[in-house]
Amino acid sequence: MRTRWQIVAGGLVVGLALTACAASDREAGGSTAGGESGAGRDTFIFAASGDPSSLDPAFASDGESFRVARQIFEGLVGVEPGTADPAPLLAESWDVSDDGLEYTFHLKDDVTFQDGTDFDGDAVCFNFDRWNNFTGVLQSESLSYYWQKVNGGFASSDVASLNGTGKYESCEAPDATTAVIHLQSPLPELVSALSLPAFSMQSPTALEKYDADGVTGDGEAPVLPEYATSHPTGTGPYTFESWSPGEEVVLSAYDGYWGEQGQVRRIVFPIISDATARRQALQAGDIDGYDLVGPADVVALEEAGFQIVDREPFNVLYLGMNQANPDLADLKVRQAIAHAIDKEALVAQTLPEGTEVASNFVPPAVAGWNADVATYDYDPDKARALLAEAGKSDLTIDFNYPTNVSRPYMPTPEQVFTAITADLEAVGITVNPVPDPWNPEYLDKIQGGPQHGLHLLGWTGDYNDTYNFIGVFFGGTSNEWGFDNPELFTAINDARYVADVDAQREAYEAANAAILDFLPGVPLAHPVPSLAFKADVHGYPASPVQDEVYNVITLGD
Amino acid sequence: MTRLILRRLALLIPTLLGLSVLLFLWVRALPGGPATALLGERATPEAVERINQLYGFDRPLPQQYVTWLGQLLQGNFGVSTRTGRPVLDEFWARFPATVELSLVALVVAVGIGIPLGYLAARHQGRLVDHAAVFTSLLGVTIPVFFLAFLLKWLFAVQLGWFPSTGRQDAAMIATHPTRFYVLDGLLTREWDASWDALVHLVLPALALGTIPLAIIARITRASVIDVQHADYVRTARAKGLSPAHVRSRVILHNAMLPVSTTIGLQVGLLLSGAVLTETVFAFPGIGKFLADAVFNLDYAVLQGFILLIAVVYALVNLAVDVSYGLIDPRTRTR
Repeated sequence: MRTRWQIVAGGLVVGLALTACAASDREAGGSTAGGESGAGRDTFIFAASGDPSSLDPAFASDGESFRVARQIFEGLVGVEPGTADPAPLLAESWDVSDDGLEYTFHLKDDVTFQDGTDFDGDAVCFNFDRWNNFTGVLQSESLSYYWQKVNGGFASSDVASLNGTGKYESCEAPDATTAVIHLQSPLPELVSALSLPAFSMQSPTALEKYDADGVTGDGEAPVLPEYATSHPTGTGPYTFESWSPGEEVVLSAYDGYWGEQGQVRRIVFPIISDATARRQALQAGDIDGYDLVGPADVVALEEAGFQIVDREPFNVLYLGMNQANPDLADLKVRQAIAHAIDKEALVAQTLPEGTEVASNFVPPAVAGWNADVATYDYDPDKARALLAEAGKSDLTIDFNYPTNVSRPYMPTPEQVFTAITADLEAVGITVNPVPDPWNPEYLDKIQGGPQHGLHLLGWTGDYNDTYNFIGVFFGGTSNEWGFDNPELFTAINDARYVADVDAQREAYEAANAAILDFLPGVPLAHPVPSLAFKADVHGYPASPVQDEVYNVITLGD
Repeated sequence: MTRLILRRLALLIPTLLGLSVLLFLWVRALPGGPATALLGERATPEAVERINQLYGFDRPLPQQYVTWLGQLLQGNFGVSTRTGRPVLDEFWARFPATVELSLVALVVAVGIGIPLGYLAARHQGRLVDHAAVFTSLLGVTIPVFFLAFLLKWLFAVQLGWFPSTGRQDAAMIATHPTRFYVLDGLLTREWDASWDALVHLVLPALALGTIPLAIIARITRASVIDVQHADYVRTARAKGLSPAHVRSRVILHNAMLPVSTTIGLQVGLLLSGAVLTETVFAFPGIGKFLADAVFNLDYAVLQGFILLIAVVYALVNLAVDVSYGLIDPRTRTR
């Protein structure tokens, strides 16, 4: 009778193995898109960590929305491959008037949107006027974040600080291949900022047809219009096919694209929110690649034959020192803490390979980065001496750090906290650990009130502009930093509007030096963000500002 | 019979009303509040106030509840803040995926559970029996989540036999007239699409089906042991029926009734287990969408999906009870 039991068990094993054998055939190519049997792979499968918040990039500010938007849309300005520097895209060149108030863009000819609409000067003006005339709900930061941040306001608004306060004045199109933007006062970062997907050129026809600005609500939630959920229309190499929320976004090649179409004819973004699950999907052969690889996974993936591609870092991780805390309001204490931290060891022990030690609050790739700032080299003896001078040899300090979070600039906050704590204790400082979950507790505590001491935070830049870093941190008084230094605020905010590029760079370099003298925090590192791919993915265009368009990728051996 | 159905349906109304009150209060108690969920972390106080006024979040709770209920009764489950689409549409778009997964899991549970339980009972007290009892004990105690991770790690990541995510190979282009992927492939004659969908179902269905499998095996074993010693079995043997005939016709037939009741009861388990299993395997059904909604504070989806799942659950149970009434006169309630 035992035999029957064995038959059942044996049958199970055989069944599993049979399905498995058949299943492993799927990695030998399966059915190729377009039905060309025997042709090379032309579908690129890249795991996204979440849904796009909106397919209309004008209403987005998150990486996953921009990842999709980069394939469908193009802006007037792109970036030089592999750098953060502005480069021609839909505008072949531009002239800026001496007073910095008039930008003349010379547009590429023979470009069409994916719905057949011509791209011309009128289309450019249509887009600029659209952004400036957002009203009501459209002006909330969760939607038009970047237009607000860069332009500073709208044509009209219920909110006083946004009402007519923008730099943008008007736009005219003297002919099909020219668009002229008029500003009310200079905005030197405009060209760099135009490389953001939020300022992509979108088809005026489609925007109107699918009611792009009709964000409504029916008593429960604001509802994105049809344009932003199913009809995004740009000039890029890929056109939108479908979006199943929580499942996948699918794009396919736009045959009328003005540039090189390349080998990839179809892009699928399966949505896999868990970082471990993304790695496993790559190992199981479900996907071709994914982003935000954990530092701990890099070596294992490389050993298993996968490729690791690094982006040049465009971020900064810093230790904030909140001066609402009287001990930290003492410059000598802040200097002591800066000298106590062994940044080289911190980077070697806790951050991904290739990470650079930071000296400024901006990465070296940014124009205003200053090589000659005060650097506060690792010197425990000096730290002890400074503490003694300040009469704080028995200092006890709260150290806030976030848990269960991995950001590109901060893949392992707990480890960074541990390393810095050891350094501080070594010079006689007693650290009181205050861990909090990232969202919303940690951010609320740091940005929403004065109750914190030392803290870890950072920033990933949007485009090549120093203000985009130090303006965000030190443009005015804030709960995070707890100090009032009008001189510093003015230096930073004035630098933002210096029309001459060279003069502006010098002003930013001076501002960076002033920040490091005042030492509101310690810039720690510029961690390297990594991507992982199957071995046969070639030519992924890794970019510090994530300007990564998939038409240059080749698949197969 | 009709009276039974009507009475059960009438009972459903207060149950769902109670559930809707609980859901409404729970969602309002989530951190951040609805406006923050809509506007994100960087919302200014003014913007929050605007949204609260616009959508009535500043009105008294009872008034908000009544408004919401009124909408529900008109079949309006609101709109997902995450996707901007009606909650009802999102539900029906994903329902087939979960049904397909649950059905395959049930086939696994029944197909393995019944033979296992029967074998154990026939060899009561011997090694086979101990092994089966131990296996089913393990099956009930092991968390679905852990088992799902284990299966994925072993068969997808280490051995590469199965995919680790999704319903279909992303590079495959297939049409889905019914949204039941295996069936779609058969209907459209895209055999490889159908096979691919089935392959994607294996691991999640194993993970989801293990607890029901263990329970079914245990009940089958107990039931067969019970029936073996029944008078009518002895009578059948005494009448000279062949042992094989007794085994298949008399014992199995009579032992299957309690087992079929158990199978009906597993539906609820499958629906709740689907949330975990679908999340681990990134399997795009209602369970995963619900888990995502928790993460994204998608209020309308949380409220709507849980209510809809409750309705489905209640209706399935009702259908199961009615069918027993038809199969076995003894279960009919007076």
